[in-house]
Amino acid sequence: MKEFSCHKISEGLAKGEILISKDDFCFYLVDPKTGIVIEPQHCLYGKSIAGKILVFPNGKGSSVVQADGMYQLKMTGMEPKAMIIKNPDTTLVASAIIMETPLVDKAEASFYETVNDGDLAEVDAARGKIIIL
Amino acid sequence: MILTEHEQAMLDGKMGEGVKLAMKILVAVGEAYDAPKMVPVTRAHVALSNQEADLWFAEKLVNMGAVCTIPPTVNPSFNLEQFQCITHIDPEDEAIVKRTHEAYKKLGAVLTYNCTPYLEANVPRFGEITAFSESSATPFINSVYGARTNREAAQSALCSAVTGVTPYYGYLLEENRKGEIWVEVEADMKNDFDYQMLGYCTPKFTGFKIPVFTGLHNPSKEALMNLGAQLNTGGNVALYHIVGFTPEASDLETAFHGEIPKEKVVITNEDLKKMRKELTDPSGKIDFALFGCPHFTIAQVKNVAVLVEGKKLAVPLFIMCSASTRNLAKQMGLKNVIEEAGGYLMADTCMDQPSWKFLYGKKGVTDSPKCAYYTKRRDMQFVIASLEESVMAALKGEI
Repeated sequence: MKEFSCHKISEGLAKGEILISKDDFCFYLVDPKTGIVIEPQHCLYGKSIAGKILVFPNGKGSSVVQADGMYQLKMTGMEPKAMIIKNPDTTLVASAIIMETPLVDKAEASFYETVNDGDLAEVDAARGKIIIL
Repeated sequence: MILTEHEQAMLDGKMGEGVKLAMKILVAVGEAYDAPKMVPVTRAHVALSNQEADLWFAEKLVNMGAVCTIPPTVNPSFNLEQFQCITHIDPEDEAIVKRTHEAYKKLGAVLTYNCTPYLEANVPRFGEITAFSESSATPFINSVYGARTNREAAQSALCSAVTGVTPYYGYLLEENRKGEIWVEVEADMKNDFDYQMLGYCTPKFTGFKIPVFTGLHNPSKEALMNLGAQLNTGGNVALYHIVGFTPEASDLETAFHGEIPKEKVVITNEDLKKMRKELTDPSGKIDFALFGCPHFTIAQVKNVAVLVEGKKLAVPLFIMCSASTRNLAKQMGLKNVIEEAGGYLMADTCMDQPSWKFLYGKKGVTDSPKCAYYTKRRDMQFVIASLEESVMAALKGEI
């Protein structure tokens, strides 16, 4: 078990499997019925983000499409359990709080060196902790 | 973040649950950007979108008792009455437009349904701190007026309208408004359409840096609308400077805050031509013409009227504009001229709305790359051409 510090943006506690995206992420380019990424050029193309702890660098897309994408996933229950982001933007911050999805940033550098796809992890936004179990 | 007593009270829920939620979001945005404090805003514009998440959040705020302290102007959805005269509107689309209208009415928004509020209903002064969303609006008020806004999301702008504050970061700070890359325009810039192409192609060379243009001479307000809208669609550029023209760029040195520009790019006629080629669908027969992304001004409506006067359009031509522009066009006889030729002036409407279903699967002509960009998802094809060429194409039915 390893513990890393981070900074809370949207509160909440979530446990799940890590899924790492090296590409920026647009929630509108995910099939709301399955949680599967449908953007052909994306590194997660064909993979599902449903129930995962999604690690990604930046959001992308207009405020309208990003919010709508997250909303649709929330309604079908296919949203990620938590999100760990490098560079948060206004749209993503607002959407995460509105949708009540835990979102953290400023994870310490050693987290990024340690974390792997499929790791079981816990994000405790309020305490500013990410724990790889 | 350091909050004032009043701001803390809002965050603690003393002004109600809706205000609390709005404040919570703004504090989170502020913390994400390391903002030290909140600052008051005196204007806001919300990019209402009439889509599910927009309605859901607006209704949530209403149900939590929120009311805007700074009544914001809002973006268009679609004009139900006008569309019902020309097409069938699905019951679910009628329902959402009515619910969105009710929600924003209860929030106390100024229901302008117009994406160019900076030209008529919501005009800031130099240096004024505001919270504007909408991709054509943020660059215009930042750059042309020298007002200050971040590139707000529809939701964060609405939160600022409710609370009257915005986190102090980004473009609100003097040092972040400094030009970052010099863009020397060698292209001829013959008409407003060339500014569409310039706006769309500049970020390909400059990334997200703040561009400082030279070589542009007295662009019209329509050219500036186009430039900003496309800069913010082709990239996320919500502030630019034009040397000798915009208020924070009296000369090159001022635009770069006394520093020597580190990077320079040159944009030529060839670049604009290449950009258009990349954006447009192939020429051929067309089914319709669609203009007004961003909403047309009365001058643009007049340009169309002059071109179609006394003629018959081969395909329907739609112009999206504000209700006040439509009214003005009626008073000036322009609406009549366009309607007699077979065209329509649609007030309060955005092209990214389900009211245009009757055009899905069809091919149109437009002068706006932004219009074509958003409708790709809705299976509409677009040939992109200057306004004059597009109107001529609508008269002929092909381009």
